[in-house]
Amino acid sequence: MLKKLLPVVEHALKVPVWDCRMCGQCVLHSTGMTCPMTCPKTLRNGPCGGVREDGNCEVEPEMRCIWVKAYDRTISLPLPKVWKEHYNELRPPVDMQLQGTSSWINLVTKRDQQTPAGWSVEDGGH
Amino acid sequence: MSLLREKLENSKDLVFTAEFPSVDGGGMASVEKTAARLAPWFDAVNATDNPAAHAHASNTTTAIAMKMHGLEPIMQIVCRDKNRLAIQSDMMGASLHGITNLSLLTGDDVTAGDEPEARRVFDIDSAQAINIARNMAMGTYLSGRKIDPAPDFYIGAVENSAAPPFDYRIQRALKKYRAGAKFLQLQICYHPDRLEAFCKGVAKIAPDLKLIPTIVLVKGARGLGFMNDKVPGINVPASTMARVQKASDPSVEVNKLTLELAQHALTLPGVRGLHVTDFRHDETINDLMNELGRTPKR
Repeated sequence: MLKKLLPVVEHALKVPVWDCRMCGQCVLHSTGMTCPMTCPKTLRNGPCGGVREDGNCEVEPEMRCIWVKAYDRTISLPLPKVWKEHYNELRPPVDMQLQGTSSWINLVTKRDQQTPAGWSVEDGGH
Repeated sequence: MSLLREKLENSKDLVFTAEFPSVDGGGMASVEKTAARLAPWFDAVNATDNPAAHAHASNTTTAIAMKMHGLEPIMQIVCRDKNRLAIQSDMMGASLHGITNLSLLTGDDVTAGDEPEARRVFDIDSAQAINIARNMAMGTYLSGRKIDPAPDFYIGAVENSAAPPFDYRIQRALKKYRAGAKFLQLQICYHPDRLEAFCKGVAKIAPDLKLIPTIVLVKGARGLGFMNDKVPGINVPASTMARVQKASDPSVEVNKLTLELAQHALTLPGVRGLHVTDFRHDETINDLMNELGRTPKR
């Protein structure tokens, strides 16, 4: 029951505020409350090299680059320090199986932290 | 071991890389001709992956053709056209043919190309692709499935030192470093101050990350204007544009500008060479390399 209800509630709340795409693995807290899935390239790890001189998007010239926005907001919004520290973490590839599910449930069950066995980010191998 | 890795990791020599022009018609004869032009000057050459979102001969096949004609390829993979399965098979397929230098990047959007109606993929991003390549080099696919023996990848990436958010570009470069990149080819930067701040910032924290800024050979003010207007993320300052436009011979002036940018870039911390993109396809490249004190390999 909850599994069916929560995605509906989450969708109703998060779409108007953040233009949420229901990826089911929410990282808003670490991106200055800016949804990276609204980037036309759905980049999870920062801005591409195509950002315009005025800070707008390569693909949609009228839109502010969401990663420029995320960077500014991470600095300016009164967010918890630990959230801000997560800004620069290396986020794993999106798990497409979670599309449309509730990120709240996935957070509680830690399903959103499951990554493929070959994903490891320890030291960069240097 | 790749010659590029050997040079960057085990010597202090400067490394010059270039962009292999996209292959369409012309077959192996055209590859041979281009390879002969580039071979004397360059240590390694990028086999591009549908640059500017235009379809061409594929990255892997171009890299193989280049290798057959004596060039050391750096195989580019962009995240726009392929999902994570296809990207891993690109890497593994390259390795099958002894191609181990990789340059992994996000890629221009489909709207930058001549087929804007295409579906964009971006299943993974460049930082994730770098990490996947690194893990493959350590013996596992993303799934965790073993690869034995592991491919001997030498992993590179790209960063734009001159696009907003400026302060953050250093962090992003370092994120790619932490993900597993050993060298970064930097996009062309017409703001020497921005390039300088970027290189200093990166070298301070990751002195072993090899930086290779790009310089671009264009024919004159129109070429510069094209870079400014059409190439995503590239900005040419108005004063630089005016300098070339107002010169008595813009073609000579733009070459002077290129040489100045190149010489400045080579003085910066962390910089281990230059990447040259040649839109002129004439003898200018020889002049530039001579001015930079390079001697052609025979």
